[in-house]
Amino acid sequence: MPGLGTSMGRGGATMWVPDLQNSDCILIQGSNFAENHPVAFRFVMKAKERGATIIHVDPRFTRTSALADLYAPLRSGTDIAFLGGIINDVLSNERYFKEYAVAYTNASFIVNADFKDTEDLNGLFSGYDEETRAYDASSWTFERNDDGTVKSDPSLQHERCVLNILRRHYARYTPEMVERICGTPRAQFLQIAELIARNSGRERTTAFAYALGWTQHSAGVQFIRTAAVLQLLLGNMGRPGGGIMALRGHANIQGATDIATLFDLLPGYLPMPSALRDEQTLAAYLKTNTKPTGWWANTPKYMVSLLKAFYGQAATAQNDYCYDYLPQLIGDHSTLPTQIAMKDGVVKGYFVLGQNPGASAQNKELAMAGLDRLEWFVNIDSFETDTCAFWKREGVDPRTIATECFCLPAATILEKEGTMVQTSRMLQWHDKAIEPAGDAKSDLWYFWQLGKQLQALYEHSTDPKDRPILDMTWDYEHEDEHERRRGEPSALKVLQEINGYYTHPEEGARQVKTFGDLKDDGSTASGGWIYTGVCPDKRTNNARNREPNDTTSLGWGWAWPANRRTLYNRASADPDGNPWSERKKYVWWDQADGRWTGYDVPDFPLTKAPNTPAKPGAGGLDAHSGSDPFIMMAEGRGQLFVPGGALKDGPLPAHYEPLQSVVENQLYSQQSNPVMREWHRPDNRYNDPVDEAFPHVMTTYRVTEMSGIMTRYIPWLAELQPSAFCEIDPDLAVRHEIRSGDWVVVSTALGEMEARALVSGRLRPLRVASGQRVHQIGIPYNYGKVGFATGDSPGALIPLSMDPNSSIHEAKTMTCNIRKGRRTAYRAGVVDADVPVSMRTGHGEWD
Amino acid sequence: MATGFFTDATLCIGCKACEVACKQWNELPSDGFVFSGNSYDNTSELSGTTWRHVAFVEERAVAEDTVVSAWSMVSDVCKHCTNAACHEACPTGAIIRNEFGNIFIQPDVCNGCGYCVVACPFGVVDLIGHVDPDGVLYNLATLHDDRREAEQTALQGSGGVAGKCTLCYDRQRSGFVPACAKACPTESIQFGDVDELRERARVRVETLQARGVDASLYGADDVGGGIGPLNAFFLLTGEPESYNLPSQPVLPSTRQAHGYAAGALAALALAAVGFTIFRGR
Repeated sequence: MPGLGTSMGRGGATMWVPDLQNSDCILIQGSNFAENHPVAFRFVMKAKERGATIIHVDPRFTRTSALADLYAPLRSGTDIAFLGGIINDVLSNERYFKEYAVAYTNASFIVNADFKDTEDLNGLFSGYDEETRAYDASSWTFERNDDGTVKSDPSLQHERCVLNILRRHYARYTPEMVERICGTPRAQFLQIAELIARNSGRERTTAFAYALGWTQHSAGVQFIRTAAVLQLLLGNMGRPGGGIMALRGHANIQGATDIATLFDLLPGYLPMPSALRDEQTLAAYLKTNTKPTGWWANTPKYMVSLLKAFYGQAATAQNDYCYDYLPQLIGDHSTLPTQIAMKDGVVKGYFVLGQNPGASAQNKELAMAGLDRLEWFVNIDSFETDTCAFWKREGVDPRTIATECFCLPAATILEKEGTMVQTSRMLQWHDKAIEPAGDAKSDLWYFWQLGKQLQALYEHSTDPKDRPILDMTWDYEHEDEHERRRGEPSALKVLQEINGYYTHPEEGARQVKTFGDLKDDGSTASGGWIYTGVCPDKRTNNARNREPNDTTSLGWGWAWPANRRTLYNRASADPDGNPWSERKKYVWWDQADGRWTGYDVPDFPLTKAPNTPAKPGAGGLDAHSGSDPFIMMAEGRGQLFVPGGALKDGPLPAHYEPLQSVVENQLYSQQSNPVMREWHRPDNRYNDPVDEAFPHVMTTYRVTEMSGIMTRYIPWLAELQPSAFCEIDPDLAVRHEIRSGDWVVVSTALGEMEARALVSGRLRPLRVASGQRVHQIGIPYNYGKVGFATGDSPGALIPLSMDPNSSIHEAKTMTCNIRKGRRTAYRAGVVDADVPVSMRTGHGEWD
Repeated sequence: MATGFFTDATLCIGCKACEVACKQWNELPSDGFVFSGNSYDNTSELSGTTWRHVAFVEERAVAEDTVVSAWSMVSDVCKHCTNAACHEACPTGAIIRNEFGNIFIQPDVCNGCGYCVVACPFGVVDLIGHVDPDGVLYNLATLHDDRREAEQTALQGSGGVAGKCTLCYDRQRSGFVPACAKACPTESIQFGDVDELRERARVRVETLQARGVDASLYGADDVGGGIGPLNAFFLLTGEPESYNLPSQPVLPSTRQAHGYAAGALAALALAAVGFTIFRGR
């Protein structure tokens, strides 16, 4: 989540879900909150009952729109223009929270004179290299004083201060321009801008909620950045009912990111060592990744503790704590490039757990053709997934596939113990309720047993290259006799190790209580510093806590960091440490006690007084004053302007059209994100921008009733949404003589899919650019070929392309065409025209 | 005292958790995998094996370039009427009013005659295909072809039974809230003592009306037609018909008097005609 991380310091939702009920206004954009997070949506409903205004901005009128007070349509993929328009409105009408912005953000910082904005370079920032399609970010920096501190102008008069650069950057994002780009009627846009401004400030707070509707774009990180800039300007960050609620798409995605399933991260958001940076030794790694000021001055403590957790006794100061054992990155090893590498025969083996690229991959055929070329393939799941069945997929002769496949049964959530980390960064423990069916085992079982067997295989090896396997700490024997017999490891022991412990034998394996106690001398071990505190001693597992109360429910579960619910909550008090208002009181300075106090765990050094001056030249948090609330950041401020190339596509968000768009960029001659990743090859064809052959916008999503493979096998859910469908507006339907229930074929340059038409006035054409009428087609991403509810996946239509920062694909917006009828494969008899299972009992009038 | 439901359309987010929780708890089969093409409603109606059903009402906007202005959802269920037509129509005594004041079908007494099905003014009750000796319900539509044939053979001569919401009789007996109300994430479905629920509903409708919402209660008071108040009632926006709820439901037995009178009159008339004809001889 680099969008939030580079703006405020941490890659997680800044607030927690129940806090939404304290909001005065909630803008839901890039999310179908009610449909995809129905349980969390109860807090939006509570806010609404308390009088908050709920706004939904989305290409489609969804169940979220139905419950909102105000709905506004926009063309898919144009959110930066929309939010940029609000920034322009807020700045030009001086409606931002000035005291907050000056004190808590980098609004007053003076930007380097060499910096050139998109306004100067027609859509590019300074430093762009056409050949490498990359920026040299050396001009995206601040001017500094001799003592190293940043030059600033708190009066905001300097023409190169961040706020004035913002003003110029967004000056052309006028309501008229928003209407031209987004298709949102001007009056509606202005109403929303007014509501957001009116519900921000000392007395009121506005929250933003987004989900995959913002992340899955070629500039997705910058979508989120625009929201962060706006929320910082309006003073909504770190305050009750304010902030940015990043709604995660899956139950444990936050945990998966925290404890590092991403290729470029180690647990706790430490960067993965890279051969492309100067990180050949631990010292070099620490030099690259330790920030002199701000929280990341602590990197050595976290990294050394992590290595101690990985390699235990073997990790010593003399051998760099086994830093050499870690693999190093030699490029982008994220999912999409890896799929291409499989197709090209580079990658030979593949583990797939908890996902189903056979239905959900972009350019599905390329991904599946990659599996055809593997030497071995392991799928661990509770069902036979589309991925697992890749060797018998449509149009493929199983005899031609040599891949050795291992399909292993996984226990479901109720059949195993462990934690889930939900969207509020909260760890919640769950016990095993029933024995797994048949041979099913927990995912943990598979990895623990694999590790044990590898250690046994290499037991007598003297080859130094086998040391990483032999030296890894792997002691997770279950406490319970029954589970031990089944070979299940203890999830609690894993969590205790992540929490961290003292390594000296005389400490008796005592647990570390807070990450403040972690050391860089090898005396502590921690498998993920951000979770330190969840198991502060061997008897306590805070993730088990279930005691709610009327305020912040600190006794319910445990949220990282340090059980904090609202991040950056120092900002809920003014620079002097007093609440901004009685109504929005949250965390404040208790003068008598000499400490920060309030309803939440303060996100600030507990006894650092508000009037503490910054110490120029000092390291860590001493470089920050007592009124710099964003402790993770080098300067302690929220970043309206992200300096130094922390984001690859610019220090400020600028509107670019999606790679495949129906209109030209109305703002700049630069059509799409100049540094996004594309693969131009015959098996990954793109629609040209503004191509008459593909005149419609297409967007993808999921529906409440279906998630994917897990729900397609459940008859109770399958009957609710039994078939792949495609939502189209009535005008387009009339033009193509399509009625609800008809088969339609949606096509792109890459491929085609078929689905049942669902004609609804909930979709309407929009007028964009110079009055051009644009139709938007919506296709759910829930379907595949196995289960009771089946159908084609839009993955067949979407070529691979990526956001440059997060390596996330652009699956939320593209162009397409539509016609009535069946897919070519069916018409030509290439495929057995057997109707999908879902249709067997549905002999409707349209068959 | 009776228990019942208060279902509030203004809080319903259309997630259908009630439908699924109901089927899961009551072990009801799916009704088949049919794409209806009607909004997001693919289960379409209450049936012998669908005891909660979420209706989706799209208010279509006609003007060009405007979006649909409203999309209402509400979860329909058996009304557990004060004067229940199914209860009156049942010839075997299978349909009773139980200790919670709910209308309950005893499956072991029901002979599948289907009188309740035609009697219900709300179209709630329906016949379930078949119950096997283990008490498992089969719905033919969900079975694969070969299995369906076998079940059809087994069904020959068996009338099946009538099915509808039991208000989770078994859960209530154990002190639990019915599955649908438990699963509802937004408290759109509330369960409790009906007198208390009615009071709550009246406060709620006043609050909403004060906010300018076109809200009204359906069935909290006498719905007319001799049915009396409903023990499962609704808070709706707009007309009841758009949610498939009749605005003037009628208890069939209230027409009995007219029926008998008309019958008697017809008999008299026929007698008079016969008398006239034969007297002529």
